[in-house]
Amino acid sequence: MSEKNDPEHQEQHIVGPKVYLLVFLALMVLTATTTGVAFIDLGVFNPIIALAIACVKASLVVLFFMHIHYSSRLLKMTVLAGLFTFLLLITLTMTDYISRAWGMW
Amino acid sequence: MSTIVSLPDQATAKLPHKSYLNEEYGLKSWLLTGDHKRIAILYLISITFFFVIGGVLAGLIRLELLTPPADLMSTDTYNKVFSMHGIIMIFLFLVPSVPATIGNFLIPLMVGARDLAFPKINLLSWYLYVIGGIFILSAMVLGGVDTGWTFTTPLSTHYLNTHVVTAAMGIFVAGFSSILTGLNFIVTIHRMRCPGMTWFRLPLFVWGHYATSIIMILGTPVLAITLVLVALERTINIGVFDPTKGGDPLLFQHLFWFYSHPAVYIMILPGMAVISEVISTFSRKRVFGYTAVAFSSVAIAVFGFLVWEHHMFIMGVSQYSALVFSLLTMLVAVPSAIKIFNWSMTLYQGSITFETPMLYAFGFIGLFTIGGLTGIFLATLGMDVHLTETYFIVAHFHFVMVGGMLMAYLAGVHFWWPKMTGRMYPEAISKLSAIVTFIGFIVTFFPQFLLGYLGMPRRYAAYPADFQVLNVFSTAGASILGIGYLMPMLYLPWSLIYGKIAGNNPWQATGLEWQIQSPPLTENYVEIPIMDHEAYDYEWLANKTVHEVQTVG
Repeated sequence: MSEKNDPEHQEQHIVGPKVYLLVFLALMVLTATTTGVAFIDLGVFNPIIALAIACVKASLVVLFFMHIHYSSRLLKMTVLAGLFTFLLLITLTMTDYISRAWGMW
Repeated sequence: MSTIVSLPDQATAKLPHKSYLNEEYGLKSWLLTGDHKRIAILYLISITFFFVIGGVLAGLIRLELLTPPADLMSTDTYNKVFSMHGIIMIFLFLVPSVPATIGNFLIPLMVGARDLAFPKINLLSWYLYVIGGIFILSAMVLGGVDTGWTFTTPLSTHYLNTHVVTAAMGIFVAGFSSILTGLNFIVTIHRMRCPGMTWFRLPLFVWGHYATSIIMILGTPVLAITLVLVALERTINIGVFDPTKGGDPLLFQHLFWFYSHPAVYIMILPGMAVISEVISTFSRKRVFGYTAVAFSSVAIAVFGFLVWEHHMFIMGVSQYSALVFSLLTMLVAVPSAIKIFNWSMTLYQGSITFETPMLYAFGFIGLFTIGGLTGIFLATLGMDVHLTETYFIVAHFHFVMVGGMLMAYLAGVHFWWPKMTGRMYPEAISKLSAIVTFIGFIVTFFPQFLLGYLGMPRRYAAYPADFQVLNVFSTAGASILGIGYLMPMLYLPWSLIYGKIAGNNPWQATGLEWQIQSPPLTENYVEIPIMDHEAYDYEWLANKTVHEVQTVG
């Protein structure tokens, strides 16, 4: 068994303070953007932009603060499995909401 | 009748000098243990406790339904009794039944490890389970909850004055217990397999639990957050499910069934996992189509997330969406059928013996098949309108949950009882109990299919007098079923003292867990084993002892 696969001797990727600081700044800037955009009336795009920014922020947290960027492919897949299940929940629920009124007028 | 049971000479046989049972003594050594085997025993005791409570409530329901008018208890009390029966049986018995007891005991043994990956988290999950159980019991003692186990909004959020929040919190906490168990299993199966134990040498029991754990981890959080939303809507009136505030009551149904349908597979997959082991051992054959059975478990886990709307066909969901879900629901039948057909093929030309676990396993196959096929009726859109919310649905899920899962659970408890305790259960009476359970089950629940088809709605304390004959059958069956369950509760504790010494491998089974002493040592294996053969390799077992030097002393 190579050292890399042995949980006792897993290679730990050490993330420097610079990366953390950059991610933190990015999160702050994105928060400011979300707040700023909320004051502009973009109609249907307001929630879309807010959600898009929130997704980017969540990805940054998962990738860097939670170290998934440096983790094995198995862990990446585990995270994606959660995301996939969430998308199933949203998509299949939406099949109901989108088409509920079809043929009713 | 032939038998494969080989017990050591009872005159000289003794239990092992040292085992996980006598390593330490005293209550503290049990309550603070990190040993997966002891935690499994703690779970076994606690789920049996809740099973008895749930069973008594079931008895009350059947007694009430013996006569057409609501005469034994008030209708409000009846609502509370069936709600509690559902909540206790599902969240405190069926979900943890096989995984937390038999699975907890066996997964480290089967993968050749000394314990689960996180022993303390394993203990924590038992404590969370107990705390959840106390919440639910307090909801019952304080006056009950009458939402049904489904917590349907807006009934649960606006119209009831019972202990909804307490019961919901109990389920919330117990849910975390199940998430932690699933997490522990997944990490153990990924990282702690012994040398040579490749994925396709794992016993199918482990594959079944792997699939179960995936559902536990991915599904349970959705239920937890949904119940929190119900509690918040009740207490501070946020408007997620309330239409007057812009919410949607059907959203609750989507979220609730997104967990609760896969939860059905949390309950049945470990049962199927047990059956694979039992069928193989008592027909002396490798499970037919090992890979297909292994992947069908995973397929059930995945498809299980795609079908939840079939619980909502009559609730005003989009008919187009319903069409898609109806089709997807039919798909789940495919992996389930793969399992049933492969077990049947395993039996074909096998050297079948009819030990107690095998009798329960036969019960499982028959009853689960009926339960599964009636599920197809319910997945059909037109049929579902007529049958849903009637006793047909009650019969359907009891065939799967009780006829399937409970049979499998008892098969598993009997099959691994010698490994857990080192002693055999009494053979004749246990066979009798398997048969009594089967007969009692059929008499209880088969009439309910007819009742439902004739139109008797579920969840009512009173019914038209025309339905009485079938209801009397059902109640009579329930009393037989009760005796069937009472017998193991009496003879299994009896066997702890008076049972025959089982020896290491009474069934001559091939699993790694059977190659060590019964009951096992706290550390399971003195030396981590090396897996050098396929699972269910009976030739390996036969040749194993040929060159072995048997020294005594």
